[in-house]
Amino acid sequence: MPIPYTKPAPPNDDKRWKIVATRMRRMGDRPEALIEALHAAQEAFGFLDSEALRFVGDTLGVPHSRVFGVATFYSFFTLKPQGDHTCVVCTGTACYINGAGEILGQFKERFGIRPKETTADNKISLLTARCIGACSLAPAVVVDGEMQGKARVDELMAALEAM
Amino acid sequence: MSDNTAAATPTKHRTITIGAGLDRARATARVCEAASCISGRSSDITAHLAELTADASDITIKRVGCLGLCAAGPLVEIAETGQLFEHVSPDAVAPIVAALKEVAPGATRQPQGPFFEKQVRVATENFGLVDPESLEDYLAQGGYRALQKVLSEMTSAEVRDQISASGLRGRGGAGYPTGLKWTTVAKAAGDRKYVICNADEGDPGAFMDRSVLESDPYRVLEGMAIAAFAVHANEGYIYCRAEYPLAVARLRTAIRLAQRAGYLGDKIMDTSLSFNVEIRLGAGAFVCGEETALIASVEGRRGTPRPRPPFPATEGLWGKPTLINNVESLASVPTIIREGAEKYAAIGIGKSKGTKVFALAGRVVNTGLVEVPMGMTLREIIFDIGGGIIDGRPFKAVQTGGPSGGCIPAEHLDTPVTYESLIELGSFMGSGGMIIMDDTSCMVDVARYFQDFCREESCGKCTPCRVGTTQMYMLLDQITKGQATEDDLAQLERLAGIVQRMSLCGLGQGAPNPIFSTLRYFRDEYMAHIVDKVCPAGVCTIEQPAEVVA
Repeated sequence: MPIPYTKPAPPNDDKRWKIVATRMRRMGDRPEALIEALHAAQEAFGFLDSEALRFVGDTLGVPHSRVFGVATFYSFFTLKPQGDHTCVVCTGTACYINGAGEILGQFKERFGIRPKETTADNKISLLTARCIGACSLAPAVVVDGEMQGKARVDELMAALEAM
Repeated sequence: MSDNTAAATPTKHRTITIGAGLDRARATARVCEAASCISGRSSDITAHLAELTADASDITIKRVGCLGLCAAGPLVEIAETGQLFEHVSPDAVAPIVAALKEVAPGATRQPQGPFFEKQVRVATENFGLVDPESLEDYLAQGGYRALQKVLSEMTSAEVRDQISASGLRGRGGAGYPTGLKWTTVAKAAGDRKYVICNADEGDPGAFMDRSVLESDPYRVLEGMAIAAFAVHANEGYIYCRAEYPLAVARLRTAIRLAQRAGYLGDKIMDTSLSFNVEIRLGAGAFVCGEETALIASVEGRRGTPRPRPPFPATEGLWGKPTLINNVESLASVPTIIREGAEKYAAIGIGKSKGTKVFALAGRVVNTGLVEVPMGMTLREIIFDIGGGIIDGRPFKAVQTGGPSGGCIPAEHLDTPVTYESLIELGSFMGSGGMIIMDDTSCMVDVARYFQDFCREESCGKCTPCRVGTTQMYMLLDQITKGQATEDDLAQLERLAGIVQRMSLCGLGQGAPNPIFSTLRYFRDEYMAHIVDKVCPAGVCTIEQPAEVVA
């Protein structure tokens, strides 16, 4: 017997849910909108919490297990809140042979964080990317959405410490 | 009144004048606004130049796509003379303004050196010439003439024959004949068919597709529309990595403007062809470059591959016949149709026709994007175009084909680059990344790096890949730490053979390639780690056992 479908209301009156709901509606609230919807939710909230996953799944008629499966399969999605600033270090081949490892090492040494971790004061989150396609400017990092090529480890650390 | 001024653009400067006819001004500065140069604040350069030349009506400042020589960015080129300004600072553009004012009427372009002169441009022919978001610019360069020719003069069979005759092969890496793929989809039974553009450029060290999408997005849309006509499809998707925000933004603009002008959507150019394109964002999964995994991802599921056959050409998206082509393949299509298949097939050697775009990166002087005829030797690409190794250090190896490819040593530098020759050398054409390595790279460490990549990107569906890549990584890790024996090496080789033969998709099947190729050419480095407990390149940290200390 088919279960009657009712579109869920947003978890609370935060306006950002509207953005997410609109993105899903534009794709007809169909199950294939799942990845787009997760992108929208992460753009709006910075990460995906269980409330967001449930809302997206219920709207699109996708079981929660599958929503969780998709959200954890793709490395772009994060289920943990991020710090005030994020730094993505590219670990593509060109960046790797040009010193991406040293940058990651400095993060460990100066901030005590490894990839996918956030400093205790919640200031800086460190992420890695498989390749951001800026190979000609290796090593490349992305700080708060701005790409920086030919990153110099000492300058980068100083800039982050000043944040 | 032009479409592009009305469009919302991702960059904040919209005042740049673009003549309806190209470059009719006496002097034109072309400012590269592809991702690399933008990270050097090239959009500020455009703004400053426009400000400083606002009173000179005969000077045009123009934003263009990738100029190619990313190593020297941000780049500004004077169109009339070919003069190139490198490492331009947004706060010091006065020399460019002076040079613009000195351009004599009727000046001719001077040769710009081997980096530019040795290239043959097909997929990248508009790079550095057009404003990536301007439909007018694209039209002025002969854009949409191929689609017009297809719709007014050709049957879909004739289009497919042209593509077959051109000898074009899949530029995503595998080199499957494009014409054959189109024919299979066209002949497959089905009421609905789809065209998917694979822009999930996951190979680390490759950025050809990003550059094409950022510099000439209309070309990809035109290629897709021609493909749709040839295979009788009405819907298309571009599956693009989320890591390329600029490419996605420019594509969105291009789709909207092309739709408005009737080059996309219902009744394209007032014919019966209807073709709509949507963008689907990837989310950071390398395996989604594999076509069945890509389809799963477009359908909103986990990107895991499935066994083939049935191939997507007969059972693809939503179970319907689906044509999946790489960005660069589709970008080559308009030129092939416009100029004729024979002209394209005349470039290249043997079974590898036409041109190939390569991304040069690593320890090479001229890092950047180049397009060369197939059959050019590695030496010409790396030393003549690439300018050789940084600081004059010795060349050690070039890595092609990404995580499924291999490392080619100096003794094979004179090999002409074709799909077949690279496979013979134990590597792979791949999507076109070339990472050049010098004596500061340890080849065992490189093999370990790629295995780390594969183990993390393995989707986990099949056991040989999920478990095998991790085991191979652990063995390589032990070797780099000087903790392995020769038995471990034998075990690694045996395991690599198993993973290669038993894995479900290309990710697992190709994962052992970096190991095989480094073992083939650099076995002595493995032995140095295992027997002598030293890393010849000085990259790996090997802890010496205490009793060795004298």
